[in-house]
Amino acid sequence: MFTDVFEVTLLSLQVSLIATGVSLFIGLPLGTWLALSQLRGRRFILSLINTGMSLPPVVVGLFVAIMLWRSGPLGSLSLIYTPIAIIVAQTIIAAPVVTGLTASALQQLDPRLRLQLQGLGASTIQMVISMWREARLPLLAALMAGFGSVISEVGASMMVGGNIRHQTRVLTTAIVLETGKGEFQNAIGLSILLLILAYAVNLGLTLIQQRGTH
Amino acid sequence: MRSTWVSLSFSSAGRINILMNDAMLSIKDLQVNRGHQTVLQVDALDIHQGEVLAIIGPNGAGKSTLLLVLARLLQPLTGQLYFRGTPIEQENELAYRRRIALVLQEPLLLHQSVFDNVTTGLKFRGLSRGEIKNRTNQWLEHLEISHLADRPAHRLSGGEAQRTSLARAFALQPELLLLDEPFSALDTPTRTRLLQDLHILLAQTGITTVFITHDLDEALFLGDRVAVMLGGLLRQVGEPQDVFTAPTDAEVAAFVGVETVISGRVISVHDGQVTVDANGVKLEAVGDTSVGKSVLFCLRPEDVTLSITTGSHITSARNRLSGRIIQITPSGPLARLVVDCGVPIVSLITRGSANEMKLVEGMEIIVTFKATSVHLISR
Repeated sequence: MFTDVFEVTLLSLQVSLIATGVSLFIGLPLGTWLALSQLRGRRFILSLINTGMSLPPVVVGLFVAIMLWRSGPLGSLSLIYTPIAIIVAQTIIAAPVVTGLTASALQQLDPRLRLQLQGLGASTIQMVISMWREARLPLLAALMAGFGSVISEVGASMMVGGNIRHQTRVLTTAIVLETGKGEFQNAIGLSILLLILAYAVNLGLTLIQQRGTH
Repeated sequence: MRSTWVSLSFSSAGRINILMNDAMLSIKDLQVNRGHQTVLQVDALDIHQGEVLAIIGPNGAGKSTLLLVLARLLQPLTGQLYFRGTPIEQENELAYRRRIALVLQEPLLLHQSVFDNVTTGLKFRGLSRGEIKNRTNQWLEHLEISHLADRPAHRLSGGEAQRTSLARAFALQPELLLLDEPFSALDTPTRTRLLQDLHILLAQTGITTVFITHDLDEALFLGDRVAVMLGGLLRQVGEPQDVFTAPTDAEVAAFVGVETVISGRVISVHDGQVTVDANGVKLEAVGDTSVGKSVLFCLRPEDVTLSITTGSHITSARNRLSGRIIQITPSGPLARLVVDCGVPIVSLITRGSANEMKLVEGMEIIVTFKATSVHLISR
């Protein structure tokens, strides 16, 4: 039982951290570009991203399941019911959150800050890095929101992971299973574990976020 | 400093004079549109090595837009920027921006210590740690904020923040300094002190500067040349004295208000009564200055009265000069007269009075004005 719990917890953490990391990799540059570009369709894209922030996980799960189904377009990759499938689904859930909140974090900065940085000789990359540092509080909040949206998510994990013991069972799907069996004690135990995990990750990020603030 | 005439000798062709334009920065055929509206149009503007060009104009005249174009931070519809003769294009834009420095009205400091803020541009340029530290400490000291080095920038007063912003720009040792109304958000005593300190620093470093302001006093105090901007157009560019005594048109004249500006030197100060020598003419004023100081003697045309009686005539006006009318320009119900009294003095009287007195160009006349009407600006 203990090794099972440990395995499930570790997988939960791994899958959600990787999905958050990939979302950051996509969302930070994309959100920055959306915030800083003067593209004509920028507002339309931002409205789509903001809608994406409230994508229901079951809808994402359905979409990813159709794509990865053995007879689906990406069926030949044999990814359905693997941890990678869960990561893909969770990335689709978290990326719009990170992107949208990154864009809003940077748009909150004084628009003239960009001119000032360039006027001091910043290259585009130096300017962007300076702006990220300046907006690090809301940017880390974006990261926490992204992680929060996937660690607690159950629908997509269930649909594309399949809740297979020793393979794709994560904390949330395990809680659903235990509750379904009427094993409330187990379900409560796993829930507390999930809460502790979420708290630990967010505590780490909060400490980074609040470093150097007064 | 300004355009220089260079004589070149050729044995066969004789002497040829070439006007060598030593402009450090020049812009030609500039036009900036916002939507379909033209907000800025400048046919040509040259900024010369070592000069301080003050651009004055009311709010919304396009001054800040011009500065952003000069910093190559705003792409104009048309117009080419040349820095030391080289056109600035996209490829050399960053290199150009690393030779200049920009200070905006808001200090826009980063959420870091004062010290780290001053290092910002130096880090962008990839200088060595030692060099960054040296220059930062040096400029913190020059701007008298060394004691604030470790303080978070968001805990500074307005004046301290603007000092940090200036240190951040000066530390870059720029070839060109662009200042956009840096003191307009500050209270008067703070502004006065910073203005004086900036004046000294500019004189010591000799950095070519474009200084934008809507304040005439600031422009006269700092500017070697003054450019008047109205409605998106550069209406007049010249030495302060020229811009103020010979405005190109009524709008510029109305904006500058003070039309007589004479440079001179204080020769005596007694009980707040100041005597200024300007081109050999002794002028009286009231003010707080000291002997030997070089000053600008400013006078509004409506404060100058004219009379044709030559006999003694009791008046409280301390200044009484005789001169010759060199120009009469009607301007609505008024007539604007320039009288040469050894120095040019501008007077504004009603056209009715001008007709009654039968004033014509070339006529001898007495000019009087009160010492209290004079505005002295120390240089």
